[in-house]
Amino acid sequence: MIMEKLSDAGERTVGQSPVRSSPSGNRPAPPPRTGEPAPDGGLAVAARDFSFWYGKTQALDSITLDVPVRRVSALIGPSGCGKSTFLRSINRMNDLIPDTRHEGEILLDGSAVYSSGRDVVELRKRVGMVFQKSNPFPKSIYENVAYGPRVNRLVSSRGDMDALVEESLRQAALWDEVKDRLDRSALGLSGGQQQRLCIARALAVSPEVILMDEPASALDPIATQKIEELIHELKDRYTILIVTHNMQQAARVSDFTAFFFMGRLIEIGKTEEIFTNPRQEQTEAYITGRFG
Amino acid sequence: MNTSTLGRPVDTDEKASALRRRRNRFNRIMLTLTGVCAVVVVVPLLLIFYYLMVAGAGSINLDFFTQLPAPVGEPGGGMANALLGTMFLVLLAGAIGIPIAVGAGVFLAEDGRSPLATVVRFTADVMNGIPSIVVGIFVWAWVVVWMGRFSLLAGGIALAVMLIPMVTRTTEEMVRLVPKELREGGVALGFTRWRTTLGIVLPAARSGILTGVLVALARIAGETAPLLFTAFGNPFWEWRLNEPISALPLLIYQYAISPYDEWHRLAWAAALVLIGLVLAVSLASRFLIRNPYRQR
Ligand SMILES: Nc1ncnc2c1ncn2[C@@H]1O[C@H](COP(=O)(O)OP(=O)(O)OP(=O)(O)O)[C@@H](O)[C@H]1O
Ligand SMILES: [Mg+2]
Repeated sequence: MIMEKLSDAGERTVGQSPVRSSPSGNRPAPPPRTGEPAPDGGLAVAARDFSFWYGKTQALDSITLDVPVRRVSALIGPSGCGKSTFLRSINRMNDLIPDTRHEGEILLDGSAVYSSGRDVVELRKRVGMVFQKSNPFPKSIYENVAYGPRVNRLVSSRGDMDALVEESLRQAALWDEVKDRLDRSALGLSGGQQQRLCIARALAVSPEVILMDEPASALDPIATQKIEELIHELKDRYTILIVTHNMQQAARVSDFTAFFFMGRLIEIGKTEEIFTNPRQEQTEAYITGRFG
Repeated sequence: MNTSTLGRPVDTDEKASALRRRRNRFNRIMLTLTGVCAVVVVVPLLLIFYYLMVAGAGSINLDFFTQLPAPVGEPGGGMANALLGTMFLVLLAGAIGIPIAVGAGVFLAEDGRSPLATVVRFTADVMNGIPSIVVGIFVWAWVVVWMGRFSLLAGGIALAVMLIPMVTRTTEEMVRLVPKELREGGVALGFTRWRTTLGIVLPAARSGILTGVLVALARIAGETAPLLFTAFGNPFWEWRLNEPISALPLLIYQYAISPYDEWHRLAWAAALVLIGLVLAVSLASRFLIRNPYRQR
């Protein structure tokens, strides 16, 4: 699945034919400092000079960064700095918003997300998303998980579906709490349970990458802890990108951390390094709470 | 200068409490006034219901629901064919109008900024305001003249023309109320836009749309003017699409302007039944309004 070993830091191309719809211009982008590659190597997601505009407002400015496979990468930065925009660019959720445009490219497993022949539906099956506000469908708990695989025709028999639903709910650490009421409405679950249901729903269509936009920001500490443990469990199998405003959370759950500021990627690196020894002054100011 | 505990000069306390009293008085007066207005809203319905009970309840018996209207001069008889006719007309109007209206409403909610949507929305609003007699004449000119006869079909079409703009707009509103996060949840799972709308957004808006449909059906069930030149009325049993058909409002109209006391009583009774139906449907829709996000 992952096509190429990560060689050195600095500008890299991924896959056979990297697509670059815009040259980097004359602004020398600082080479992103990526942490060490995952042992099995490779990038799940890579952004190359990616810029994004809502109408005339530029939300992202030449983002170049690498997301290693089967690791947790955290995006941090002050409100409005473009974290959600970047996340939603990866699975092209921003396509739903009128009057937007982009430059540069994002690569998923080496192939261009924004190339013209790209099947967006297939892309979104491979890149799951969990939203800040849990959004279970107004259906039963079972249906919430089963609906995606059914629509996407991932399983053929009723028995397989039951197994998939159970497995997804177990992975999301929700099975024991809901196994006796699978046919009840998902809207009767608590906020934390709903959020884990949304994670189970995303897992059920077997994505490779899971994007989480402040998945725990509306939850109490115990529910938050459950989600964090869950992220820890999941990283063996999935590449996870998480946006968070909670510095401790970023430090606890992530292997790599990227700091965004005003639409730019200021710094990216191993989480310990970013938190103990940031290279950029802005990063340090942010994580020590001097602004943001 | 003396100051109160809040640090305000004491001599203004007098003024302050006078001001407070005046505010409270104003508050009470406004509450009373709006309360009176609210009661005035309820009074007509109560009076209508009371009057219909007095004038019509006596004529409601089993015959009323099972018999054809009796010829002039004969006592008894019923309105069974008109009841059935109203049912057919409303069902037909619903069968024609609801799919179109719900489809159009979804379109307006989904693609609301396109020029087509703007035109459709404006048209629906205008249509909502068109006098129902005009709808009747319009359908007469097109359908009745074309078919060469009054008919259930023409009546159903006329009522559908009344229903479509109402249901279109309520559907649009209800679909818009569905949180955008829900749609994003579907899209993020790899559903097409179409699948997301049908599978997730519409079900979430279902109870609201159903309420709008019921209210509209109750509205058209009582319409007289669109039926005058289309369904026309019929003293006999009828259910064929291409034949004129009786309807409760038509019969009420016909009986009320007749010179016979017996018919007047029947008209009151029919009005009571009609109002009862509308009330029942409105109550039913009340129960459906409950929040779809309510916990089970
Ligand atoms: N739908 C939109 N239309 C127009 N501008 C938008 C839209 N969404 C975001 N923006 C703008 O883009 C910029 C980046 O927003 P984004 O939501 O990505 O920030 P964020 O880092 O996720 O912030 P937060 O931490 O508050 O969630 C902001 O200036 C925001 O106002
Ligand atoms: Mg955000």
